Amino acid sequence: MFNGYDPVVYSRMLTSLTLGFHIIYATIGVGVPLMIALAEWIGIKRNDPHYLLLARRWARGFVITVAVGVVTGTAIGLQLSLLWPSFMRVAGQSISLPLFLETFAFFFEAIFLGIYLYTWDRFKNRMTHFLLLIPVVIGSSASAFFITIVNAFMNYPVGFKLTDGVISDVNPIAAMLSPAMPTKVAHVLSSAYLTCAFILAALTAWKLLKGKDHVYYKKALKLTMVSAFIFMISTALIGDLSGKYLAKYQPEKLAAAEWHFDTAAKAPLVLGGVLTKDNEIKYGLEIPYGLSILAHSNPFAVVKGLNDFPEDERPPLWIHYLFDIKMGYVAFMVAVSLLFVIEMIRKRGNVYRRWLLFAIVAAAPIAMLTIEHGWIFSEVGRQPWILRGLMRTTEGATTSEHVDLMLWLFTLLYVGLGISSVRVLLKMFKNNHAEDELAAFGKEASERT
Amino acid sequence: MSYEVVGITVLWTFLFGYLIVASIDFGAGFFSYYSSITGTRHVIHAIINRYLSPVWEVTNVFLVFFFVGFIGFFPDTAYYYGTALLIPGSIAIVLLAVRGAYYAFNHYGSRSKKIYTLMYGASGLLIPAALSTVLTISEGGYIKVGEDGKVVFLARELFTSSYSWAVVLLALVSVLYISAMFLSFYAHKAGDFPAFQVVRKYALAWSLPTIISSLLVFFAIHSHNREHFNNMLDRSWMFALSFVFFLIAVYFVWKKTRLGLSFICVILQFAFAFYGYGSAHLPYILYPYLTIHDNFTSPSMAIALIVAFILGLLLLIPSLYLLMRLFLFNTSYVKGNTK
Repeated sequence: MFNGYDPVVYSRMLTSLTLGFHIIYATIGVGVPLMIALAEWIGIKRNDPHYLLLARRWARGFVITVAVGVVTGTAIGLQLSLLWPSFMRVAGQSISLPLFLETFAFFFEAIFLGIYLYTWDRFKNRMTHFLLLIPVVIGSSASAFFITIVNAFMNYPVGFKLTDGVISDVNPIAAMLSPAMPTKVAHVLSSAYLTCAFILAALTAWKLLKGKDHVYYKKALKLTMVSAFIFMISTALIGDLSGKYLAKYQPEKLAAAEWHFDTAAKAPLVLGGVLTKDNEIKYGLEIPYGLSILAHSNPFAVVKGLNDFPEDERPPLWIHYLFDIKMGYVAFMVAVSLLFVIEMIRKRGNVYRRWLLFAIVAAAPIAMLTIEHGWIFSEVGRQPWILRGLMRTTEGATTSEHVDLMLWLFTLLYVGLGISSVRVLLKMFKNNHAEDELAAFGKEASERT
Repeated sequence: MSYEVVGITVLWTFLFGYLIVASIDFGAGFFSYYSSITGTRHVIHAIINRYLSPVWEVTNVFLVFFFVGFIGFFPDTAYYYGTALLIPGSIAIVLLAVRGAYYAFNHYGSRSKKIYTLMYGASGLLIPAALSTVLTISEGGYIKVGEDGKVVFLARELFTSSYSWAVVLLALVSVLYISAMFLSFYAHKAGDFPAFQVVRKYALAWSLPTIISSLLVFFAIHSHNREHFNNMLDRSWMFALSFVFFLIAVYFVWKKTRLGLSFICVILQFAFAFYGYGSAHLPYILYPYLTIHDNFTSPSMAIALIVAFILGLLLLIPSLYLLMRLFLFNTSYVKGNTK
């Protein structure tokens, strides 16, 4: 793989690097506006300054993450053409509509975010300020929606004909409505909301662990954890649908993930294990009928195996580990959010138990890792194709001679951005305590009325 | 008008929009740094920040919009330009990223640092230089296409060509000119006369170099791409008008009156030059390999994109109007009375 310079390998590395870094900030960009809106809305409805301050403080940190999200998003947008020119030549014909719409959504969000951040005290009616946030929420989710449509198309391209590299009969709307679209979009959005709820919950849980006991933190914890619980349910349900989608439309991905070689009924689900050279599974935990249930909701259903696909069209088998690790993370998040809700509704429950708070703090990085693992699983799972069934990844890459140099350049950039964004965020809240702000806030509010 | 012409006009307009808003932004960054060396920072800092804070994000979108739309309407450009632009494009991305991110870090973070201001100011001048290579390459002569269709970028030719350096010079100078003209208008509107005095000097100082470097590019095209030069001569009235608007704009700044009208004249000055240059370039997108006709997207996609574009504009124009009403044209905000 590393015999000298190969633009394809370097293009793949650079694209993974950019996307891997971008989705951390992009996920925050999609989910946090919704949480801010929730907090501000509750704050206005209940006339509760705690929630209003919560929205304000989240928004303040959010700007920093947005900045990195915007600039890395610009990077990936340009890199698509710089690193994958042949692919974009084809994709440009058929899916430029969602790409184009994504920039509109982004535009919309950018305008209103700018207004929102600078008008906290501009309007007499608080509702006016809240309304400004709605386009931000719509814009951020819509841009995730459209860009995921592009990715769905790459997983299952429809709406055009490709003969000898030439595209014809393009139907832009049909290209957007790829069978992969509904589950992918829903899963991306729901898991972004979930991750952000956990991140914000973890920040609060951390404060509570450090001995803060202002009611502000307690309200924040309940709001974020109840949201996380709800998004957990929706994400899990959609995840199940994604499995069924794979069985029907991309069976090779599912088969590779589950090391399912021979097409068979009553297919078992394998957890863990290692694969020997002769494709035998050792030390795995088998759940009888599991895969058939996952794929078709029927324990006796036939699941297509990898041996039915030509060898050079199979995804790499190591995605099994990714899938298992991801499911492990999911199990942890389900447990944490479920335990929290149980403690909350139990008569003598206590949601501020130390072990539970620790678990919540741990859930945030785990949620982000789940996003990364899930994304790598999905992307590597469609290899060797860049357009599944139509164009191989090797055919899409640039032939330029300097991709390795660019890889170094961008690595440097992301390391710098990553470190400084975290430092700025830490500094921002370190010397600016919520309690002090609340005191000032309350005084201001009482002066106003 | 054919779809191709509609498409390229829309895209060219967005590039023009980017040229104006980004110039203000880039130039402001540079002046902000320059004033910190010359000791006038405290005078103009507030004016610059009050304008930039709510709009910094929007600026970037104009650029994204342009290149995404470009690939959409003319997918083959991805193939040719993508390969050629890997290095200048990547450098531009890195600079844009550093600039955008550090603006936010500096502005919304707790403490500002001198190094951020330097990075911010310097990148503002390097980005236009990196981005202007796209226009240079479009003139042809910097890309070789082999018989197998493989695109080779002739980096050495680009870096040693007098034409490409003339374009870089024009990009740099006009960024400073546009920005200073805008800031003059903005400071005047705010009634901030000390700041106005400073930025007015910048504006006048950069006006002559702008015209000289424009002429330089004009003649550099003559020796680099004769066909384009002749097309431009056919449209000489556009360039003449551009010059007239330049004179009016500078006259008002000189006289310290009607600064709003003056800035409108700056926009018209660049509009006539930019559209004159652009229309003379047609039908080529990349001379002599790509024209707007033989590499256009499928008709169904063209219609879809144009419809999406119109719907998008219906959403964007009121929003942009609102943004300007609240910040740019809100007198009490401009004067610093509203936060």
